[in-house]
Amino acid sequence: MLETVLFLIFAAICVGGAINLLAQKHPISSALSLIVVMGSLAMVYLLLGAEFVAAVQIIIYAGAIMVLFVFVIMLLNAGEEERSATGSRVAMVLGVPGLLAAAVTTGWVLTRHGPASTPVVLGEFHGSAHAIGRLLFHEFLLPFEVTSVLILVAIMGAVVLARRGE
Amino acid sequence: MPQNYVPIFIFLLIAFLIGAGTVLVASLIRPNNPDKVKLMPYECGIDPVDSARKRYTVRFYIVAILFVVFDVETVFLFPWAVQFKLLGLFGFVEMMVFLGILIVGYIWIWKKGALEWI
Repeated sequence: MLETVLFLIFAAICVGGAINLLAQKHPISSALSLIVVMGSLAMVYLLLGAEFVAAVQIIIYAGAIMVLFVFVIMLLNAGEEERSATGSRVAMVLGVPGLLAAAVTTGWVLTRHGPASTPVVLGEFHGSAHAIGRLLFHEFLLPFEVTSVLILVAIMGAVVLARRGE
Repeated sequence: MPQNYVPIFIFLLIAFLIGAGTVLVASLIRPNNPDKVKLMPYECGIDPVDSARKRYTVRFYIVAILFVVFDVETVFLFPWAVQFKLLGLFGFVEMMVFLGILIVGYIWIWKKGALEWI
């Protein structure tokens, strides 16, 4: 009951943030809306019981990916977007057929397969941080240590590319 | 499982209410008569000479990229910290090897002068 209420709240915040993202004219406002979407998605993952995925959602998506988005917006100095009164021609040509195709596909999937007989139970996700830690530090020890070399290469690549001109 | 997070959800709710409530109450009781000088960005009393909406210097690029890289490293620290007691000394040494390789990279960028501003 509590889970359903919390799920509905965060799902509503998520969809609201996504709609706001599209509606905003300034890229920075859209980027901030995207953070709301990412954060509420993390809460939905948390409700599912996937704590690690929720933490990664915050650290990587709301942290690293958003830094890149905001950085690109600021570097390009992207101002307010201009919208023509008539709208995009691509949207005009493809909008209605695309919407129809999406509706038909959704309807087909729903009627053909129906709702799953065993619905997803909130909080019964088998991928806790404990399980991932166990796997990462026992079975996948070598890949984990090699990952550090991969990150090292990424560090060196970034510095070499950024300072090439000097 | 989600029951364990009820305190966090309550915390989020209270934090949201404090933030929203402060803004709402303040907008209701404060007088509202802005003018040009009041809306100016305040910088120690010096008048701004130009728009703040300028293109950012590319120097921030290296800082942003390095942040992203070390952010990815943090993801690996999380399951390790959760399992720290169970993994014991072996896990500690594993993580120190992992961090050691990255600290080599950190020292390299430091020596390379990539963290210098000019």
